[in-house]
Amino acid sequence: MKAGIILFPGINRERDMAIALENSAGVKPRMIWHKETDLGDLDLVVIPGGFSFGDYLRCGAMAAQSPIMAAVRAHAARGAYILGVCNGFQILTEAGLLPGALLRNASLRFLSMDCHLRVERANTVFTTRYQQGQTFRAVMAHGDGNYFADDATLDRLEGEGRVAFRYATATGEISPEVNLNGSARSIAGIYSDNLRVLGMMPHPEDLVDPLMGGIDGKPLFDALAAA
Amino acid sequence: MKAIVTVMLKPGVLDPQGKAIAHALGTLGFAGVNDVRAGKVIELELTETDPVRARAQAEDMARKLLANTVIESFRVQVDG
Repeated sequence: MKAGIILFPGINRERDMAIALENSAGVKPRMIWHKETDLGDLDLVVIPGGFSFGDYLRCGAMAAQSPIMAAVRAHAARGAYILGVCNGFQILTEAGLLPGALLRNASLRFLSMDCHLRVERANTVFTTRYQQGQTFRAVMAHGDGNYFADDATLDRLEGEGRVAFRYATATGEISPEVNLNGSARSIAGIYSDNLRVLGMMPHPEDLVDPLMGGIDGKPLFDALAAA
Repeated sequence: MKAIVTVMLKPGVLDPQGKAIAHALGTLGFAGVNDVRAGKVIELELTETDPVRARAQAEDMARKLLANTVIESFRVQVDG
């Protein structure tokens, strides 16, 4: 699995992501500045979290217009893998590679805390090391994570099995009390129609080593490394 | 020529910022504020001098960048 991480000005989670990828795959990912235009033969492109271009206009709006994004689109079109986390998820929706948008958290508060995610399907390249319906711990750190799409789009995502993760209790129950950013149908992550592009708000790369306080996110990177 | 693009969240899209402003107005004692919606105003200084073409340019910019039409609507005003 050859992986690369896209860097925009204001991105600040690329090193955590690189640690997570190297930890599972045994090779360092390529770091790719946003002004580059060639992704080579990468299998996986990761857009990490942060505040690209200072979140000006809308979160991810500027990054979605960057030179490298034409190559990311071509990468998606040839069926290669893309993971966008936090700002990366916002960028993927702004670029039109995933449907919907991320709105300001319903509480208006920046959320910086652990949450639990329920695995909605365990048979994509990202989730084979999880069990369907299990929950795992992940870290939220966002002000704009309130997933929005119109009802027709939400119905289509559900019907096509494209909801990746939902905010849940530790035992897997869905409720407004644990859907802290107000996301439609508690959605924390979604897939593209070919299931090869995943966008998610919480950070699996924050829990990949016991020293970090847990390894709940490691199965995602192990699954990708083995793909 | 100046074009002014006003970007607003579409009806039905939750606007927590507008809600917070409405709440603060109530706290300040302003009664009778039924709803508040917050948006953005973007002023463009364009080289174009023809109002029709200036409007078309601004609308194209709004569709491609200034607004996210999944969640926002926009309107363009051209000032001669």
